[in-house]
Amino acid sequence: MAIEAVDHSHWSPLLGRLWLDALPQEPIVLATFVVVALGGVALVAALTYFKLWGYLWKEWFTSVDHKKIGIMYMVLGLIMFLRGFADAIMMRIQQSIAFNGNEGYLNAHHYDQIFTAHGVIMIFFVAMPFVTGLMNYIVPLQIGARDVSFPFLNNFSFWMTTAGAVLVMMSLFIGEFAQTGWLAYPPLSNLAYSPWVGVDYYIWALQIAGVGTLLSGVNLICTIVKMRAPGMTMMRMPIFTWTSLCTNILIVAAFPVLTAVMTMLSVDRYLGFNFFSNDFGGSPMMYVNLIWIWGHPEVYILILPLFGVFSEVTATFCGKRLFGYSSMVYATLVITILSYLVWLHHFFTMGSGASVNSFFGITTMVISIPTGAKLFNWLFTMYRARIRYELPMMWTVAFMLTFTIGGMTGVMLAIPPADFVLHNSLFLIAHFHNVIIGGVLFGIFAAINYWWPKAFGFKLNQFWGKVSFWLWVPGFWVAFTPLYILGFMGVTRRMRVFDDPSIQIYFVIAAFGAVMIAGGIGAMLVQFAVSIWKREELKDESGDPWQGRTLEWATSSPPPEYNFAFTPIVHDIDAWDDMKRCGVERPVTGFRPIHMPKSTGTGLILAGLSTALGFAMIWYIWWLAAASFVGIIGYAIFHTFNYKRDYHIPVETVEATEAARTRQLAAAGA
Amino acid sequence: MTATTINSVHDLSQPQLQATFYDLNEHDHPEGGSTMLGFWIYLMSDCLIFAMLFAAYGVLGGSFAAGPGPKDLFELPLVALNTAMLLFSSITYGFAMLAMEKGGKGAVQLWLLVTAVFGIAFLSIEMYEFYHLIHEGATPMRSGFLTAFFSLVGTHGLHVTFGLVWLFTLVVQVGTKGLIPANKRRLMCLSLFWHFLDVVWIGVFTFVYLMGML
Amino acid sequence: MGTQHAHPNPDAHGHDDHGGSHGSMREYVVGFLLSVVLTAIPFWLVMTGAIPDKQTTALVIMAFAIVQIVVHMIYFLHMNTKSENGWTVMALIFTIVIVVIALSGSLWVMYHLNHNMMPMSHDMDMRQVP
Repeated sequence: MAIEAVDHSHWSPLLGRLWLDALPQEPIVLATFVVVALGGVALVAALTYFKLWGYLWKEWFTSVDHKKIGIMYMVLGLIMFLRGFADAIMMRIQQSIAFNGNEGYLNAHHYDQIFTAHGVIMIFFVAMPFVTGLMNYIVPLQIGARDVSFPFLNNFSFWMTTAGAVLVMMSLFIGEFAQTGWLAYPPLSNLAYSPWVGVDYYIWALQIAGVGTLLSGVNLICTIVKMRAPGMTMMRMPIFTWTSLCTNILIVAAFPVLTAVMTMLSVDRYLGFNFFSNDFGGSPMMYVNLIWIWGHPEVYILILPLFGVFSEVTATFCGKRLFGYSSMVYATLVITILSYLVWLHHFFTMGSGASVNSFFGITTMVISIPTGAKLFNWLFTMYRARIRYELPMMWTVAFMLTFTIGGMTGVMLAIPPADFVLHNSLFLIAHFHNVIIGGVLFGIFAAINYWWPKAFGFKLNQFWGKVSFWLWVPGFWVAFTPLYILGFMGVTRRMRVFDDPSIQIYFVIAAFGAVMIAGGIGAMLVQFAVSIWKREELKDESGDPWQGRTLEWATSSPPPEYNFAFTPIVHDIDAWDDMKRCGVERPVTGFRPIHMPKSTGTGLILAGLSTALGFAMIWYIWWLAAASFVGIIGYAIFHTFNYKRDYHIPVETVEATEAARTRQLAAAGA
Repeated sequence: MTATTINSVHDLSQPQLQATFYDLNEHDHPEGGSTMLGFWIYLMSDCLIFAMLFAAYGVLGGSFAAGPGPKDLFELPLVALNTAMLLFSSITYGFAMLAMEKGGKGAVQLWLLVTAVFGIAFLSIEMYEFYHLIHEGATPMRSGFLTAFFSLVGTHGLHVTFGLVWLFTLVVQVGTKGLIPANKRRLMCLSLFWHFLDVVWIGVFTFVYLMGML
Repeated sequence: MGTQHAHPNPDAHGHDDHGGSHGSMREYVVGFLLSVVLTAIPFWLVMTGAIPDKQTTALVIMAFAIVQIVVHMIYFLHMNTKSENGWTVMALIFTIVIVVIALSGSLWVMYHLNHNMMPMSHDMDMRQVP
């Protein structure tokens, strides 16, 4: 299926290089476009019919409440997860049929966009929003705070992340996405080899989302450092808060690197600079070097918070204090530093030579030591405990088994001579899916099952949760074991068609695994739907359905806007467990007005303008780019002239809320 | 507050327990307690952007692609003048901060404007230098070295430009609202930003200009 | 910037110290004079070629730069170990560590890459290329 070369050289002052040829031409994309467009119209119509726009705007979009922003991040992650998974299963189907001269159903131009979009979406718009959402929701509650340090910035960060996601989604129907692989290495990503809009979509989506990620990192660091409840010293912080702190430190110290590298790539593309060009003294290898200085810390940004989740879940469902709290903290800190010392292992084969390769090989292997220490801590927590195998704990055990194997294949790849054989093979693909799915995704599922009752006041349905679990975990192994084997056989990544018919069976098995995973995802959506449907039966009145140990369980589910009517005072690592053991009752009188931040639409407006700026830059619509840039600066300055950004929740409101809580607890106790 | 152990709390009455575990007399906390730390952390992240640009300059600094090199292009007297402008602007911003301490609204505005004059002078000299280079054919597209040079110095210049926009905004805000705590906080943030750019400039004139002329 | 609703905790006490002092006239003047001297000397060294050996000159001006950065940190940015309970200094040290790793690592890696992968620019002996 050869595609005709389309001439995209058209440019007009009004629309830039945006023209009719940017609209979907391929039947598959066209059909998707129609379905998505109809779905979108239906959604908008439904929201309008049920008059939900005002509610969404007032209660959610403009909200600066960290809990609502956290939930919005999770929704964004879930939606993008479905998109990213659709890409995955399309690749699996293509690879399982493209043998014996069969070209499959995807042409090269389309297939290359799919594997690029899959990687970009899963890392930036699935894993990152999930992780940020969890931290946003849980951290202030765990440290006994009423919100984050900069509530407005929090809202702005969310909308910037969403703006990036919107640009990626737009690329599906207007123009194209990058065909370069998820890190867009030059010279392929230079203008000469990627002349149209794909790489520009990539650049602007990451740049805009990156602003959000960076600001939310700054915000959460300040929150953890400055807003902990009295008595909560650093070494009394819950482990999830600790890992969140380290993650956000990594974000602040790594995302600027991405911003800088993306900027260099864009000046190469837009202005003809020579950072990464092949001639005029540029160096494409420098791009690889620089982007992995961001890229390796990024994988720890993703996994560290989930290490925290597993620690909380293990301690709670084993009903005892986490084994080796301080070793857990130090292991996290060591990983934080070490993650900056290993980046070259992503390009051992580029030719730095023996001395450089051995240094980075050794640092990479060293990083498995603190990770191993964590694993032993979880195992020793479980040892001789009365373990309750609820869904979060099941996901945690699945994580331990899966992630350990992924970690071991990682150590194999850390050996430079072995890497020369396995580099860019499907073995690598199997390895990083092994740690990202087995670590990050399983952790997110554990977290969703664990904290859902906190966020919504009812538990998730167990049956469908277990169906999802038993489809996901074996499905993962069915999908990725064949890739390990194929990698050993020398099959490289990102292949669209194959010549050797003997390896087809492995791809068919892998595709079957992907179908099982699809079933797991479906079961999870059913789980959500059934749980919402039967929420009265699953209701949790106590606010503490799992006999939790940390402060988020000390308030109602869902927590009131202000989280805690009285700020708790902490005397122990497991603060809430300590309070329960001491038998302290919740104070029911003497409330005071509570100082809270006001909602604002500024974040959404600025992010909207940023989307316009990104779109204009992608399509060379210079007037719109200039206008939206001026708009962003102007509106930001305008916003700084608003000095009235907070208010007091009157004491009557607090009293009424807390009285309702008292009645609820009494009813539940009766 | 000392740590409470399970043994000692048994003797406490419920109100005592509540006072041990809840902050019952909480006061409103002034706004902006995290702002300075947050802005400092942002500056640290900005450091990394410059670190990357320095790294790129370090790698590409010798890639002239048969084009002009530092010795053909740089004029140290001009750079010295530019450095002086930035140093003057630093101390005048310091005077603005001292005026803020004393509560002199007009003095703050005056010193801010003096700082702006030096800032604009710095930018003008830089633009003159860039114009001159481009006029000679030493454009950023000419070689890896020039790409890295223009990007590093230009990014610093863009930061100064942004600082100026912010500075003028603050002149207006101090004028309309006075030296209220929110404005003082903003002045202090801009102070950090301005002096931070000075620190970056030390790296630029040392590593790019002076070392280039060796 | 946003609104802040801190609770009293070990890191949030002293709401008005805002990351330390704003300095005094003396501090600013001393800092300024030191900076002038520390800037003038390296410029003079390079412009006059006072030290014939280039490597020595480079090391000397780098040393001046580092000293001047410290001077700016102390006199203009008012860094001290007490502000924000030491968090600003901690953040600075962490950043310096990361910057040093990224800068020196990049130069090291790229030097070896260029050396191994671009034999053309070093010597024209193509027989070394496998």
